[in-house]
Amino acid sequence: MDFSAYQTEGFYDELFDEHGSPRPGARLLVKKIESLARESLLTKQQAAETMLLQLGITFAVYGNEEGSEKIFPFDVLPRIVDGSEWTRIEEGLKQRIFALNAFIEDIYNKRQILKDRIIPEDLVLSSKTYRKECIGFSPPHKIWCHVTGTDLIRDRDGVFYVLEDNLRCPSGVSYVLENRQVLKRTFPQVFEASRVRPVDDYPNRLLETLEHLAPQNVLSPRIGVLTPGIYNSAYFEHSFLARQMGVELVEGQDLVVHNGFVHMQTTKGLQRIDVLYRRLDDDFIDPLTFRPDSMLGVPGLMEVYKAGRIAMANAPGTGIADDKVIYAYVEKIIRYYTGEDAILPNVPTYICSDPKDQAYVLDNLDKLVVKAANESGGYGMLVGPHSTKEERGTFAALIRDNPRNYMAQPTIALSRAPTIVDGAIEGRHVDLRPYILYGRDIHVLPGGLTRVALRKGSLVVNSSQGGGSKDTWVVDGPL
Amino acid sequence: MLSRVANSVYWMCRYIERAENVARFISVNLNLLLDLPLEEGHHWEPLISITGDRARFEEKYDSSSQENVIRFLTFDREYPNSIISCLQAARENARSVREVISSEMWEQLNRFYIEVKEAESSGFAQNDPHKFFLMVKMRGHMFTGLLYSTMSHGEAWHFARMGMMIERADKISRILDVKYFMLLPTAEYVGAPYDNIQWAAVLKSVSAHDMYRKIFHRISPKQVADFLIFDSEFPRSIRHCIANALFSLHKITGTPLGTAGNRAEKILGRLQADLDYTDIDEVIGFGMHEYLDSLQGRLNQVGQEISATFFRHVPVEPAAATQQ
Repeated sequence: MDFSAYQTEGFYDELFDEHGSPRPGARLLVKKIESLARESLLTKQQAAETMLLQLGITFAVYGNEEGSEKIFPFDVLPRIVDGSEWTRIEEGLKQRIFALNAFIEDIYNKRQILKDRIIPEDLVLSSKTYRKECIGFSPPHKIWCHVTGTDLIRDRDGVFYVLEDNLRCPSGVSYVLENRQVLKRTFPQVFEASRVRPVDDYPNRLLETLEHLAPQNVLSPRIGVLTPGIYNSAYFEHSFLARQMGVELVEGQDLVVHNGFVHMQTTKGLQRIDVLYRRLDDDFIDPLTFRPDSMLGVPGLMEVYKAGRIAMANAPGTGIADDKVIYAYVEKIIRYYTGEDAILPNVPTYICSDPKDQAYVLDNLDKLVVKAANESGGYGMLVGPHSTKEERGTFAALIRDNPRNYMAQPTIALSRAPTIVDGAIEGRHVDLRPYILYGRDIHVLPGGLTRVALRKGSLVVNSSQGGGSKDTWVVDGPL
Repeated sequence: MLSRVANSVYWMCRYIERAENVARFISVNLNLLLDLPLEEGHHWEPLISITGDRARFEEKYDSSSQENVIRFLTFDREYPNSIISCLQAARENARSVREVISSEMWEQLNRFYIEVKEAESSGFAQNDPHKFFLMVKMRGHMFTGLLYSTMSHGEAWHFARMGMMIERADKISRILDVKYFMLLPTAEYVGAPYDNIQWAAVLKSVSAHDMYRKIFHRISPKQVADFLIFDSEFPRSIRHCIANALFSLHKITGTPLGTAGNRAEKILGRLQADLDYTDIDEVIGFGMHEYLDSLQGRLNQVGQEISATFFRHVPVEPAAATQQ
């Protein structure tokens, strides 16, 4: 299947340069695809989908009581990142996570950054994700954000920007691992010759990260993944990670606080648990401390946690650093804690609580992307150029009503990657979510989840809104 | 293993067995009706008695007609022990332990549920009840087959089988109880003209007819009861079910058979000993109904002890109990 009809249409393309030649890392792949007949490429796409279904990588379809399940749409053409470019991304992410972690520790303890007036104090203390329950607390080794999924995008000029920091319960890493299993079998020779950096050791590294948190006197810690349960859309990932690490998959109802420790209820009685990789938001983990109506959490968990008798990843309270308004200050945060300039730039951001910025935002709603401070999954968002006058009116009112809760950014012309759509190859917009583990040291999973907006022209890559995924290859190229 | 997981596997199997046995109750009655046309109403009432949920039935239905009783026991979603409710509960339990059971079991259970639902909406169940209840029975058999042949016989499996066996023992005792009551008002009464046909129908309803014939050749109520309570080899005799449940219980705890490490093992072990060393004449002397009633009481106790031993360790504290 040849690419002769393929057009980059003025966007930055992940596989082709502006003259239509394959980028260095993508040459082998492009050659392979050009050598395939259209039918055999489509057969590969179909085989990959079947394989994903058989592997059970599905998400529940809400409102369908027959228990039918779908796969997360998957595109067989990988996104390729050159190894040398990746090295810079990796450095940038390590720098950013180090600084954000130091920021969280500072905010809940000395508050030096506020005293030095780098960030307005009221902005931090008024954040919905600021947890006063964590004041004066330091988690083991002063690590707060053990698992991060940072969203990167590339603009028309090819520069990578950080779009969002997800420091609470980022999901999607199971798709990275499973997509890789499938693609290895889809393009075995190209895969081998391209020297793609491996991702398969992620579960091991995650396990090490979690073990690192266990109280010092516990020799073989018991670890569990805490899931909201089968009705959560990421349940597959929770169970997948638990199986891959060989640890328990527990729900809140399986855990009980007894004699000052957290225990699992097993058929052999109560068993103490030392570390929880919790995939529940802060609000839900302990009804005695946070939302009293939560049925998903464990009453008394926070008290045990603060006494140092159980560790949690991520630590409660990390949300303060991924507040979308605090985001605007991350470059300053990096400079403050590392003395260095940010390696990965932020997208320029207008803070609606600043009167000058707010006036600009209200005048330019049709050009900007407006986001609420604490929403995710593409909700609570206005994409200016694609919005109606009515939607803009609604957002203008929301912003005037609660300026603290909104920020705006210019619309970025997200880069595109060739994608199979209805039997043809067309460009579709993509983003990239690398996963970062903070344990003994900071580790960045090479690649990450490439999400692709399958609808033509769409910039929204979220799976809940018509997004799919691609495997991401960080390639070192032929020897 | 986690108590929640063990609990779900155990109840998944109890509910499937329960659904299958409700189909068996109804099917034996349908068979009896073919042979013994009695006046409308009288013949379906005892089925409501078996369930122990008469008050619930009378709240909603004005008469125990065939149609009402079948609707109540099969498709009433507000009644937790109807076939459809049992299958739904089994399916919800299975859904939360997909990693523990085989995908074959899950798919089969899912299909089972959907078929029963469709049988209601298409009118199949109403138009050809014999065939419909046979389908339910066969689906139940198929699930049991998959349980045995596609799932590792480890701890979770033993919880599954224990649930299935305890439920089955309970339901066999109920079928026997109600038929004995209906067909044999006094213990000495033998030899009524319809006797053979009716008791053959009872045996068929629990898939026991052929195996019974190999041992007793002729059909007599006493021997039917003997077979269904005491036979040591037939898989739907109460004694056989209890022996299997006890074996699984000991596999789970690791306590050697013949000893008891917890209340559940004590009560179930004592029940097995009673079944091993009692005969049918003693039962008839004691009173069939009284005997079966006490047996059901003891099975309930076993269920409670299993729950207390494996599924609940910390008593619910008042603070948690007041939450909604």
